[in-house]
Amino acid sequence: MNAKPPLLQMKGIQKSFGHVRVLKDIDLEVNWGEIVALIGDNGAGKSTLIKIITGVYKPTDGEIYFKGQRITPRDVRASRALGIEAVYQERALAEQQELWRNVFAGHERTTFLGFLDLAAQRRETERLMRTRMGLTSQAITVDSEVVNLSGGEKQGVAIARALYFDADLIILDEPTMGLSITETDRVLKFTRSIREQGKSAIFIDHNIFHVYDVADRFVIIDRGSIAKRLLKAEVTREKLIETMVELHESGAAS
Amino acid sequence: MTAETTKRLPLRPAPQRSFFHVYRIQFSITALLLLLYVVFIIGDPKTYLSFNIYRSFMISIPFFGLMAMAATFIVTLGEIDLSFPSAAGMSGWVFASSYIYSGSFLLALVLCLATGALIGLINGLLVTKIGIPSIVATIGTMFLWGGLVNVVTEGHGIPMTQLLDDPLHALFVGQLFDRIPAQFIWFVAGSILMGVLYKRHRFGSHILFIGDNAESARMMGIHVDRVKILCFVIMGVSAALSVVFILNQLTFFWATTGSGYLLTTLAAVFIGGTSVFGGKGTMIGSFVGVLIIASLEPGIIAIGLTGFYTQFIYGLLITISVAVYALMLRRRD
Repeated sequence: MNAKPPLLQMKGIQKSFGHVRVLKDIDLEVNWGEIVALIGDNGAGKSTLIKIITGVYKPTDGEIYFKGQRITPRDVRASRALGIEAVYQERALAEQQELWRNVFAGHERTTFLGFLDLAAQRRETERLMRTRMGLTSQAITVDSEVVNLSGGEKQGVAIARALYFDADLIILDEPTMGLSITETDRVLKFTRSIREQGKSAIFIDHNIFHVYDVADRFVIIDRGSIAKRLLKAEVTREKLIETMVELHESGAAS
Repeated sequence: MTAETTKRLPLRPAPQRSFFHVYRIQFSITALLLLLYVVFIIGDPKTYLSFNIYRSFMISIPFFGLMAMAATFIVTLGEIDLSFPSAAGMSGWVFASSYIYSGSFLLALVLCLATGALIGLINGLLVTKIGIPSIVATIGTMFLWGGLVNVVTEGHGIPMTQLLDDPLHALFVGQLFDRIPAQFIWFVAGSILMGVLYKRHRFGSHILFIGDNAESARMMGIHVDRVKILCFVIMGVSAALSVVFILNQLTFFWATTGSGYLLTTLAAVFIGGTSVFGGKGTMIGSFVGVLIIASLEPGIIAIGLTGFYTQFIYGLLITISVAVYALMLRRRD
């Protein structure tokens, strides 16, 4: 057994908005170097759960441990400081700004009195582009405005940036939405690179094929509770789809 | 075509990002300025080839130039400030009355700048903490401070001729080498400082990022509210410093001091090429925009049109330039 505690541990998480109970007694663990997929219908409570982890919402009840420490995420900034980073498709980058300005937004490298160390920022961005983002197209330079990047490339920048600044848990909320097949492949590759670097991710996607492709473990959420936990090793893709369909039908029947 | 040549082609055509292309807005606006001067020099060579008109420009440009530079920060944020003429009026009244009362230039200066900062702080708090859109918030404070000046002065001016004997007077409006007005040196130095802050400092990076995508900026840990408040404070302090130039030059405080600079200041920013959508802008553009706006009125008269044309030509230039820049900055799909 690994003596290291799990990266993220949530115990008995409850969340109500007024009289509506959105999450009922959720237990969730994410280990180091693991990609966990959250699966469920719209309104099942996935995004509420995510927002509790990132500090947007406070849980009504329950405990959260991160790297073995009890935490009470207050806001997004506090969660980021701990090493929890969410990558949202549309909100991640500033489109009209140069790539280097985006990579270092909020973490600027400065020389003295807050003046930018432009050389270092551009050099590091260049290195990140080559090694982590897979941006090989000659059309894109560190001075390119992000608006010139494709959807998949933008996701790559956001993920590479999170890893560069030492996020240990990266939350990907529907990162492939609206992307073409090749772009989606790119994003899935970036997602796998998170695990290769020993970091972890929570991956949300409606497409079960993508989910099965990248995740190590599947957590199915249904009407605010965890309905099933499955290891990739113990389930085939067909079996996973079958489970989803069964759940959906039982939900529709009740 | 052989397989080898196809392979060497880049995946996407590499767009030519020449120096000219990157700075196309700055080049366009400078070209416009030069074009105007060609017209003016041909129209009235006697005036435009003598140094006197340029000296008078250097005297009057700083009255609104610094405010245009500061307004560039605000416009880049995607915000607007309409209250700075009233901020200039209010802090001008504070300068005039405290100077007359105490006889201390330094005290008057400090109180004046503090008033400008306070007015900016209130604007910033209204916009960020109360959540009023800046255009509405600053319409409110424009009337508030402008109105307060009317209340406290009852419309009367304050003569301040004793300023001429004050040793600090020359520091603000004296003439260097008997030629260069001190306020112009202040304006140039202030512009360089703000230009460096804008593109070469963390503060400017945060302004650009917030103006582009405030939600993303917040998620990247940028203190969005703090940056916005600071920009409004800089705007207020710039208005206060500008009114110090005005009062020292005219040695008289009018109840209307500061009003009349709203249009010219914002026109300089927009003609200068700072995006009305936020997130993109240029201090060099604003600087040249200030020179253009300042040159227009005397230029219009010099080429033989009446002063009635001034506002019309301002309007024409603003409308055309904003439309052209919107097309130039249009997001590529």
